[in-house]
Order: sequence, then structure tokens, then C-alpha cells
Amino acid sequence: MTIAIRVENLSKRYKIGLASQRFQYGMLRDVLVDTAKAPLRFAASLLGKQLEDPGRHAGYIWALKDVSFDLEEGKVLGIVGRNGAGKSTLLKILSRVTEPTRGTVTVRGRVGSLLEVGTGFHPELTGRENIYLNGAILGMKRAEIARKFDEIVEFSEVGQFIDTPVKRYSSGMYLRLAFAVAAHLEPEILVVDEVLAVGDAEFQRKCLGKMNDVASQGRTVLFVSHNMSAILRLTQESIVLQKGQLVMRGPTPEAVDFYLASGQTQAGARTWEAAEIPASAMPFQPIALRIRDPRGVVSDTLRSVEPLTVEIEYQLHAPITGLLVGIYLSTVRGEYVFTSFDVDEPAHYEQYATRPAGHYLSKCQIPADLLNEGRYILGINASSFGVKRYFMDENALAFNVDPMGAPGMQWAEPRQGPIRPRLGWTIERQ
Amino acid sequence: MSELTKPHPTTIYIKPSTGLAALNLRDLWIYRELVWFMIWRDIKVRYKQTALGAAWAILQPVLTMLVFNFLFGNIARMQTDGGIPYPIFSYTALLPWGLFATALNSASRSLTSNQNMITKTYFPRLVLPMASVLGGLLDFAIAFLVLVGMMMYYRITPGLHALWAVPAFLLLAIITALGVALWLSAINVQYRDVGYALPFLSQFWMFVTPIAYSSKVISEQWQIVYSLNPMAGVVNGFRWALLGVGNPPNLLIAISAIISVLILISGLFYFRNMERTFADLI
Repeated sequence: MTIAIRVENLSKRYKIGLASQRFQYGMLRDVLVDTAKAPLRFAASLLGKQLEDPGRHAGYIWALKDVSFDLEEGKVLGIVGRNGAGKSTLLKILSRVTEPTRGTVTVRGRVGSLLEVGTGFHPELTGRENIYLNGAILGMKRAEIARKFDEIVEFSEVGQFIDTPVKRYSSGMYLRLAFAVAAHLEPEILVVDEVLAVGDAEFQRKCLGKMNDVASQGRTVLFVSHNMSAILRLTQESIVLQKGQLVMRGPTPEAVDFYLASGQTQAGARTWEAAEIPASAMPFQPIALRIRDPRGVVSDTLRSVEPLTVEIEYQLHAPITGLLVGIYLSTVRGEYVFTSFDVDEPAHYEQYATRPAGHYLSKCQIPADLLNEGRYILGINASSFGVKRYFMDENALAFNVDPMGAPGMQWAEPRQGPIRPRLGWTIERQ
Repeated sequence: MSELTKPHPTTIYIKPSTGLAALNLRDLWIYRELVWFMIWRDIKVRYKQTALGAAWAILQPVLTMLVFNFLFGNIARMQTDGGIPYPIFSYTALLPWGLFATALNSASRSLTSNQNMITKTYFPRLVLPMASVLGGLLDFAIAFLVLVGMMMYYRITPGLHALWAVPAFLLLAIITALGVALWLSAINVQYRDVGYALPFLSQFWMFVTPIAYSSKVISEQWQIVYSLNPMAGVVNGFRWALLGVGNPPNLLIAISAIISVLILISGLFYFRNMERTFADLI
């Protein structure tokens, strides 16, 4: 077997603690002092010196540390890991957007990346013009684009608007066109990052089909997604990244399980350390997500016949107006079961229109006899509707539901579907 | 070779670059079509949603010329070389200057205005400033037509030497603009101060270039210092080639040319050296 990608001791270091954290609390005085110092800092940096500035030390973070793996030609490898685990950095190095700090990668063949589709699309240009432009940016020759043009248009389903400026497109059309160009690049190695998170279900199905084609044609695919169902369906093997390090490689179901269980300090609880929270989350700071049984015990194995309590603990460093804090519940296959926020009740929303700074606990109860047996994933989200998403982790916590005592347990056969409600059946003889 | 079209996979080695980065002109050659696509995009988009469209390519230099003519021709009664009428005297200088100033301005911002291309895909970053500089040539060509009309009106016939001299001085203007823009665009990635300094820089540069006035007003002993500004050489060269005034290319022009080539070469190396950090810093 030929090795398509060989990654050896790959490390990437980023400087942190400069611009991103400088104005975390946004005090005018700090900003003014900092601005006054800026020319000095600039002069110092030109001289190659780092100006000492107490309280503003420039730290480094290893986004990737000593990652090594080989990938054979024609294989599809999944990459899973939490936000900030180094997945995107790895893909950026592979697609040569950024350079590693240490280590080497040897790649046999042309790397096509779907890091973000639609790169270089210009709103004033028509669909047709953007296909050519985007194709050229992705490294295609004019002749190659011309040859595939009809196929691309057909795949994108925007045929009748192909000579309309893309600024008049709906976001769905825009995305379909962008993906269509990228999907026809036909590189030997395809790097895919989260493009499937967008678009309608029908289009997602089409995209997954296209990726399957790519893989079945013997080309190598690296696939990053938060969608566990896509990872499970499309890859046989996956690697798990944690804090920049490769912590596991194995068959995808095992890797996914390992990933879901990681980061939980105790079964049934997930806590966030400062380093895991992006600077953009400020002033929202997630502390913990816990799941408790009716006796108040934190656990990751719960009974379907008992209600369970979900609690989100967080700190607000400044008041936030219109804040919604809530949960997503999905199955390990990536299907959503429900989404719910703590101010879904209109009266509640008015009462908490502006939440003052402080330490909070948002709690809710998932009723008994709702979930089917199986493994579920809880995600959290904190945002102000239409204004800003402060924090989101779609795979924060995994837990199991035990069906003991659930309706229909006298038959050994598993029941279809994520829920298993106790419906008040009556039988009447007429 | 072309890693993009070869059916057989080519091996790419990704590793940290050390020392002075090589210019990697091979990659630039592979991506030459992208340069054309970017130029084409800039031209297509430039006058979109404007009422006057490409007429702006003519209006900009013509309006400046009219203002100059009023201020310096009519009020200040500035002397021109060899009794050339002031309007055509200043317009001949405004043409290469307009090309240079537009190129400098858009190329210096080319990296920051295409931020998402840089953070999402690989291509030789040199493509962006190059395309911005070359994209100004179409406007130059349109504005040049006005000059042809003015020359017919004033009955000025350029000598045959204009055929080689105009392209040569045009090239000098492009080399200078690209060289300076390589420095500024790379600095602009980390320090957006460039965006604020640019208007001042181009205004200052315009004053030290003999556009509104004749370079004859500079005294003899300062001519050498003056020729350190390559754009002075370009403007004088244009006037010599098209209007037949001033000195034919001499040592001073050679100094101008050497300076601009030095700016370009140093700019290329600085740019290539900074290129590896663009995606992280931008």
C-alpha cells in the first residue's frame, strides 16, 4: 500500500495573550494607555525586541504537539476532537494555508480543501463568473473548469440563475454553488471540514454522496465534523485529538466513544477550563454541565422511567441583554432530539431581559418516559438571539439511558426512534 | 511541471521554512491563470453599481488636470518646459501618476481585503498585489485615449522613440508601485497603520514628483537627490517621449531605474519572508 499522507512530529505554536485578550474588560483607561504605548511597541518589534509590559505577557499555545500518523491511499480518515483540539490547525497545515512550527508532512498528490466553501466568491459577479474565479482560486485550470462547467451547474441546482449576480442568491443557493465547485476539484487528497453543517437535508445527502464517490474512486479523504452520524457513516477509522495531541487512533465507533467520554471529569459532568473557552465567549464563562438522577446524584447512566435534571453552571462577567442559555439533545448518530432554552417561557424571558453579572445555575428537568434506550449527547449554547453567540459546544456531555421498566420491555427487540413515550393506550371492544 | 494537472500524484513536503525564503517563482508560474482571474475580477467589479461606469477612468485624471490647470496654469502661471500648453503638460504626468497611485493604494490593501482567501486556501500570495497593480492598466489605457485626443488638438506629434520609451517608463512605474506595495501590503497584515499612512504617503509622493510643475525648477545640485524618486524619472520620461521636452534618458533616469529595481527585489524577499505568517497574523 502506498502512503498518501505521512505526518511526523507535527507541531504548531501560536502566540496568544496579545490582541485577543488585551481588552477583555474593555475599560477605556486601559485602551487609552495601551494605545499610547502602541508606537513604542511597534518600534520595539521592528528592532526585534519584545517590550516588557506587566499584565500583558505574551504566552504561547501549542495548537498541535508532536502529532504523527500515516494514512494509506484510498482511505477515509475521520478526525474528531473538541473545539480548540487542533483539528482545524491540522487541516490548515495539510492544505498549506499555514506553516508548521516543527515537524514535517509528506503528501503524495494534490490536496483539495473544503475548509470553507465559496472562498473568493464576489457578490457582484454572476454564478458563472464565480465558478471560474473560485475554480482558479482552488487551483483548477481554465480548461478544466470549462470541461466540468455543466456538471457543476447541474450539481448546484442553480441553473436558471447562473447569469445572476450571486448577491441576489439565497444563502442556500450560494452555498450549493460554492460546494459544487469545490466538489468537482477532484484532488488526490480531499480535506473536508464541517461543510455539511449547513444546507438543507436533501443537499447534505447529496454532499455526503459526493464524498462517498470520492472515497470509492480510491482517493484519500480527511474528514472533520462535529456530526457524529456523518463521521460514523463515512469513515471506518478515526483519530482523536485532544489539546493538540493525538490521543487515539482506532475504528471510528471506538474513537467516537472515546471522544464523547473524554473531557468529563466525572461521569455525567463536564467542566470547562479557562484554556478551553474561546476569548469570544466573554463575558459568558461556562463552568459546568451536569446531569443528575432524581436523587441528585451526578451520573452518566440514567433510567428512562425517571425524570432527570440538567444543570448549566456559568458566570457572567458583565450584564448581558437578551441572553438565552440552553441545551441541545441529540443521539450519537447525530440526529437532534430537541433544543430548549432557559427563557423559552415568554414571562421568563421578560423577567430576565437583562441578566446582571454574577454566578448562575440554569436548571431543567427532562421528564420520565421520554427517551428511548441508548446513548445521547448534550450540547450547550449561550447566545443573544440575532446578536451574538457567546458559547456553543454541541458535544459537551454523553450519557446512557437504561430502559429498565420502560413500556414494551417484555419484548427483547429494540424500539425504533429516539423517544419512547408512555402513551396511554386504551383498547375498546366494539 | 505542474502539480495541478499531472495525473500522477506529486509529492509535496510541508515543513517549517528556515532562513530566507526562496522566491518560489515556479509556484507563481503554476498559478499564473489566477493572476489573470484576479485582474479580471477587479476590472469586472470596479465600476459596478456606478452611474458613470468606466467613464470614471477618464474623469479622474481629466478633472484633476482641470483643477491643476486653474490653480497652477491660470492663477500661479507656472512655467512649463518648451512652452507646452499647461493642460497637456500636466495631463501627460497625471497619466503615469494615476496608474502608480491607484496601483500602490489597491495593492497595499490587497492582502487584507482578501483575508478569507488567505486564511482558507493555499496559493502564492504574490498573486494578490501583482493582480492589483496590473489591474490598473486598463484604466490607464482608457485615459491614454484622452491624451491622444489632446495631442491632436494641440498638434503635438511625438517622435518614433515614444514607441519604446512609453512602455519602458510604464514598466518603471509598475515596478516601483509593485515594489513599494510588496513592502506595505506585508506590513499591513500585522499593522493596519499602513491604511492610515497611505493617503498621506501618496499625497507627499505626489508633491515630490514633478506633476504640477516642471523638474527644471529644482536647482542643478539637487537633481541627483531628486532622481532618487523613481516616479520623477517616470514623469520626466513620459514628457520627453510624448511631448519632446526635457532631457533624453541619462544618468539620472538610470539612478531612478536602479532604485526602483532595488525596491522591487527587497520587497519580494520581505514579502516572501513574511508570507509564512500571513494566515496566522491577518
